[in-house]
Amino acid sequence: MSNVAEMEPGDVKVITGFTDEGLSLKLLEMGCIPGHPVRFNYKAPLGDPICISVSGYDLSLRVSEAASITVN
Amino acid sequence: MKLISEIKIALVGNPNSGKSSLFNHLTGLNQKIGNFPGVTVDKKIGSMKINEGPVCSIIDLPGTYSIYPKSEEEAVVMEVLGNKENPNHPDLVVVIADATNLKRNLLLFSQVHDLGMPVILALNMMDLVNKKGKTIDVKKLKDELKVPLISMNARNGDGIDELKQEIKTFEQKKVDLFFKPEEHIKEVFGDNTSLSATSVNTYLQLQEALNNKNGAFAGLDKEKIRRTETLARYHFLDGVLEGSIAALGNEPTQITARLDKVLTHKVWGYTLFVGVLFLIFQSVFKWAEMPMDFIDHVFSVTAVKVSGWLPQGPLNGLISEGIIPGLAGIVIFIPQIALLFAFISILEETGYMSRVVFLMDKLMRKFGLNGKSVVPLISGVACAVPAIMAARTIGSKRDRIITIMVTPLMSCSARLPVYTILIALVIPATSVLGVFNLQGIILFGLYTLGFVVALVVAVVIKLMVKTEEPSYLVMEMPSYKLPRWQNVVFTIYEKTKTFVFEAGKIILAISIILWITASYGPADDMKVAEENATQLAAQQGMNETETENLIAAYKLEHSFAGIFGKAIEPAIKPLGYDWKIGIALISSFAAREVFVGTMATIYSIGGTDDELTVRTRMAKEVNSETGGPRFTLAVGVSLMLFYAFAMQCMSTLAIVYRETRGWKWPFIQLAYMTGVAYLSALLAYQLLS
Repeated sequence: MSNVAEMEPGDVKVITGFTDEGLSLKLLEMGCIPGHPVRFNYKAPLGDPICISVSGYDLSLRVSEAASITVN
Repeated sequence: MKLISEIKIALVGNPNSGKSSLFNHLTGLNQKIGNFPGVTVDKKIGSMKINEGPVCSIIDLPGTYSIYPKSEEEAVVMEVLGNKENPNHPDLVVVIADATNLKRNLLLFSQVHDLGMPVILALNMMDLVNKKGKTIDVKKLKDELKVPLISMNARNGDGIDELKQEIKTFEQKKVDLFFKPEEHIKEVFGDNTSLSATSVNTYLQLQEALNNKNGAFAGLDKEKIRRTETLARYHFLDGVLEGSIAALGNEPTQITARLDKVLTHKVWGYTLFVGVLFLIFQSVFKWAEMPMDFIDHVFSVTAVKVSGWLPQGPLNGLISEGIIPGLAGIVIFIPQIALLFAFISILEETGYMSRVVFLMDKLMRKFGLNGKSVVPLISGVACAVPAIMAARTIGSKRDRIITIMVTPLMSCSARLPVYTILIALVIPATSVLGVFNLQGIILFGLYTLGFVVALVVAVVIKLMVKTEEPSYLVMEMPSYKLPRWQNVVFTIYEKTKTFVFEAGKIILAISIILWITASYGPADDMKVAEENATQLAAQQGMNETETENLIAAYKLEHSFAGIFGKAIEPAIKPLGYDWKIGIALISSFAAREVFVGTMATIYSIGGTDDELTVRTRMAKEVNSETGGPRFTLAVGVSLMLFYAFAMQCMSTLAIVYRETRGWKWPFIQLAYMTGVAYLSALLAYQLLS
């Protein structure tokens, strides 16, 4: 099981779930939906935060937050 | 809609969905900004008249992604929509959704719908859908959702008339819940069918059950229930959208992706950001100079005129020396505040601000700040008051408090006149390395110093304030758009108005108090002072103006302000100051730039129009103890440091009180800043003298 933080720019994977209870509702509301694809776009120059695409739009989040989204 | 005198309409939508454009289109200039009771969230209300229809009052609710709040701003939405007793509870809700990003936008719509609110759905940015390589079957979507639906383009006003028509003819139908809690959430409803009777709204029941802390469902995992709900809603929306959205087969345009390659690049991204900052700096100082000079001139001419018209006496003095200069002290900031917010608004409108946050988040986090702290910190260079207001966008409470606490350390524009006069006084204009001017370097150094100390203090507060609440970023990166100038103008208008009325009244009040303390003193002393001055002037054969100036200076010395200045002299003596500088320090509490004016009065020059005159007089001032000049290098540097760090701004304290809703933070701010100022000034003076 890997997570979004481990993806490389350009990768597309399918979201399987969340590991951070507190953050999961926020991520869901922002369009990170289990069963749906996520694309890793690019990292900020300092490696953190990152920009991903979910539900047809771009979302930025910190690496620690991305690590709580599991993918396969 | 049944005919009632006025219908209340609320606008609800995701951030970046074009809600403010729609609000501005519907209400034009008929807008009022207030506050929701008990929270520091701006309440924007406007009115609209529909042809042969009702008058509508429109409330623009804060942008949110769901009805479950993550910040104080978002909490207002549920409070207003979920509580029928709320004075702002609307008769009708217009949900505006970004059509290019429909699923996430419809999540909020479906929640508002299920709360039982009469709702019209407005699909915005329909023109961009094709560019994203998609097409929407609006009719099909409307049939699926069973609500009035308008396609619109709020940027140019397409669809506004249809929306008004829809409001006019709106009829509430029976609400069929999209999400039926009883089908999903056994923990709450169990198999108890009496709770899910068809006649009541079970979604509202669920909200009440979850919010009731002592009720039977108090032990339930709210978050889990909300996750279940959100997933079920997405599942429902997937079904709806499957039939209504189709791919066009053309490649979506990639402008945003291409721009991001440059704007978030490790070299170009930061270079451009510094360039943007430089432009803002330049304009806030340079472009604002002319209108500021003009305002200054108009007010000083008015003061002289008014003083001539009114009969001599205390009322004349109060108006021409207290109230008019006090008003001038407010109005003079308008050009800078307007320019600053023009830039901030353009950066936000275009979507660039999110990239700034993206670029800066990691750096700022090291200091206990947040990518979103960048905006307040930059704004602080113009004025801490609007800057602290700009910190509201920071969701994490601790990050926001830290940002508010350190923002006033950024050298604001009111410090600039103080810096310039002191630098000119004690720093020689020699050139360094052939190209740089030493005075310029020192000025730049003072700005840098403020920023560095702000970061240091942020780290200290971060270590001292513990929090359980995690700080998170999770932020939409909107696609780049051209700014809508109407929105920019509205933002400028709104922020300037807030400054003039919120901070303005405090600045005015303090100016009047200062004028009174500087003009009045124990009656006998004041009389003796005036007589002595008149005598001295006669002896030295001074002309009328010189005599008047001398009397003013003598009176100031014996006024309450003078007495106070002398009282604090022992405390400020180690910093190299005398009681005259003490008066300037005290009067600077109204606004720092008052320093120059006070110096002018103390050294009996009359007006402050000519900075050169003030400077010459200050340069000539003799230190009675040493016999040398009063403003030596040590005193000058000590004063510069004092002004760089000290909390000498009543307006800032007032706004911090308002934003943090208590005296705790403004008091800590006053104490730590004055402490840092005192110690650094002390150190500088003792080392240099």
